[in-house]
Amino acid sequence: MYRKYFNMIAIALAIIATVVIVHNGCQQSKDLVSGDVAEKVYVKPGTYDDFYLFTSGGFSGHVGVYGLPSGRLFRVIPVFSQDPEKAWGYSEESKPMFITSHGFVPWDDAHHPELSQTDGVPDGRWLFINGNNTPRVARIDLSTFKTAEIIEIPNSAGNHGSPFITQNSEYIVASTRFSVPIPNKDVSLSSFKENFKGTLSFIKIAKDGAMNIEFQIIVPGFNYDLAHGGKGPSHGWAFFTSYNTEQANTLLEVNASQNDKDFVAAVNWKKAEEYIKQGKYKTFSSTYFNNRFDEKKHMGISEKRSDVKVLIPSECPGLIYYLPTPKSPHGVDVDPTGEYIAAGGKLAAVIPVHSFSKMMKAIENKEFDGEVDGIPVLKYESVMAGEVKNPGLGPLHTEFDGNGYAYTSSFISSEIVKWKIGTWEVVDRIPTYYSIGHLCIPGGDSRKPWGKYVVALNKITKDRYLPTGPELTQSAQLFDISGDKMKLLLDFPTIGEPHYAQAIPADILMKNSKKIFPIEENGNPYSTKAEKDARVERNGNIIHVYMSTIRTHFAPDNIEGIKVGDEVYFHVTNLEQDWDIPHGFAVKGANNSELLIMPGATETLKWLPMQEGVYPFYCTDFCSALHQEMQGYVRVSQKGSNVELAWGTGK
Amino acid sequence: MKTALLNFSAAYLLLLLLTFIGCGGDSNSDKNQSTNKNNTSGLPDWEFENGFGPIKKKLYLLPLDKVIAAEGEKIFESKCASCHKLDERYVGPAQRDVLKRVSPEFFMNMVLNPEENVEKHPHSKEMLAKYMQKMTNQNINLEDARKLLEYFRLLDSELPKK
Repeated sequence: MYRKYFNMIAIALAIIATVVIVHNGCQQSKDLVSGDVAEKVYVKPGTYDDFYLFTSGGFSGHVGVYGLPSGRLFRVIPVFSQDPEKAWGYSEESKPMFITSHGFVPWDDAHHPELSQTDGVPDGRWLFINGNNTPRVARIDLSTFKTAEIIEIPNSAGNHGSPFITQNSEYIVASTRFSVPIPNKDVSLSSFKENFKGTLSFIKIAKDGAMNIEFQIIVPGFNYDLAHGGKGPSHGWAFFTSYNTEQANTLLEVNASQNDKDFVAAVNWKKAEEYIKQGKYKTFSSTYFNNRFDEKKHMGISEKRSDVKVLIPSECPGLIYYLPTPKSPHGVDVDPTGEYIAAGGKLAAVIPVHSFSKMMKAIENKEFDGEVDGIPVLKYESVMAGEVKNPGLGPLHTEFDGNGYAYTSSFISSEIVKWKIGTWEVVDRIPTYYSIGHLCIPGGDSRKPWGKYVVALNKITKDRYLPTGPELTQSAQLFDISGDKMKLLLDFPTIGEPHYAQAIPADILMKNSKKIFPIEENGNPYSTKAEKDARVERNGNIIHVYMSTIRTHFAPDNIEGIKVGDEVYFHVTNLEQDWDIPHGFAVKGANNSELLIMPGATETLKWLPMQEGVYPFYCTDFCSALHQEMQGYVRVSQKGSNVELAWGTGK
Repeated sequence: MKTALLNFSAAYLLLLLLTFIGCGGDSNSDKNQSTNKNNTSGLPDWEFENGFGPIKKKLYLLPLDKVIAAEGEKIFESKCASCHKLDERYVGPAQRDVLKRVSPEFFMNMVLNPEENVEKHPHSKEMLAKYMQKMTNQNINLEDARKLLEYFRLLDSELPKK
């Protein structure tokens, strides 16, 4: 029975795919970029781009930093994945950032970058991003472009629907894609409907950016996919899409596509705060970790936390409502006015747009169509503002230009569809190459978008680039949206699989960019703040090397008296106080990585010498004309040898 | 007693700073006119003698203050000593007699603004050719540069007179 159904779907998809390929084939020749395009993306050598673009690194676990309109890659910020280039997850100081309730987890799947906001406008303080696999949210400090904090989310599995911010960065919201037993336990997978639940998490952001799991809401066991905070009139609410309201636990591609409508969950988080204040929560004991990188100590500190406050919707009337939404909705996007909530139904023939004011009226008039686990389901007609007809196949995500238009990505038909808010008419469409997922307009999910460009984040590149074996580059495309018609400007490759991206005007960030860490403020317990303090200390078989670097030598650069079986810690402090002068440190046979130490910082590499002999170390970052001279030796003697501990530079 | 001395030193330092920040116009009045016969560099006399940087006027130097000099010594240890020893060539030249070689104003300008001096000043260029290492900007502020100068004034005062 299922098999027959499956075959039908397969045939239908094949027809669609053929049409799409043929369609794209025609479009491509028609859509040749016009003559003045090079000028629009050309950023003269020595001049700056207008925008920073932060792309998720997908399965690389990193964040990519690009310039717009040039598409030039400036930096890869390691977040959830180890990066030996920057010793992220290899240096002793950064290892604590990877601690979870499952131990040291060196990788994750990063999906959605989200800029902090003030009054609904990106303010350039922080960038948040989710780790999907082992549920976490990270905060990147945009003055250093470095991961400053990672918090684990308890009672979650597949942290996909996050991290989306509220208007004044009060909260980051997160929803669990995979429903699981909460608390987790050993149950039969076929007991899904009985035992499996979802959670919506609210992560409080303190003034200094520190994150805390403030409360969670237990929701029916669907798949919660994406989210967005309300703004303006809808500030105080957050919206979450769900699919698999069928509650299937196998072959979801068929079994979770049965219902005509799934739900957008509308959560009144101000109401939630009241319930918390009144003590109407349960405390679930859950273990999770908060890891913060102390910029003064140049080290990560991992803190184990337990207990989280949980709200149960049936006990908290008015906390949450379901908005029926066709069909397996993916993105949920709130327009700049805060009135309209567009949902991209992967399998829907229209883009449904809900109205916040209609929703409030429907709640007041109790225009309900049943309930699920105590959550009232509002009538579709009562909350729907309009439907965008003919939006392309597989509409996923919508961003806004601030001039009354919305731009929706359509995955199956590989196009961006521009439509007018209010009339819901499609006014323009342009092909993307190929299979667009997310799209990004600078500030496009905020109250004040900078609606100059839209970036398409494509899943497949096929014939767009030089072939590189079975795996091809990931890619983005830049379109000019300043006129009535969208115009393709540029293709550029990206790292990982780009999911969402966000962009912000360069001048908001540039002025805050940190150039050095003042050496006087270095609070690392193993720092060497003056060359005269460089030394080697032995404590049993533990060796601490207090080492300083400056152009162009290490102190000490000759070390003797290390023995096989010793555990050696190289604590390297970069005494430079000049912009863009990091020093590297690498020692032969190290089982981890190099260090790359920023001016004024201290980093530590652990080294376990296995065999006697002489081991060179050297600076890996070309730092001056005498960089090739920046080297040293460690003499390793056999266990029990009487070679005295000795060190020095220049003697 | 020590606190009182420190307070006095702080006030003294402020006074020192006030004497050279703010005006600095008069050195520019005779720009491009050289009256110094030794100056064949093509630079104006002021820059030739005192380098490029925020110090644009002769310093009014009060008698040596050993408390400030001691603070300068600490700054030297943390920010300079990785490259400069007092009595031997290291990464850069030996420094004990630096004030015999350059003016106090040049000393401060070089500490505060090494990049421009290395690029433009014949003395700094000559040192670069000799040591093959550009002097680094150690992000030292005006106040700390003045403390460093006081340390080298102290060392200078201890040198045998000619």
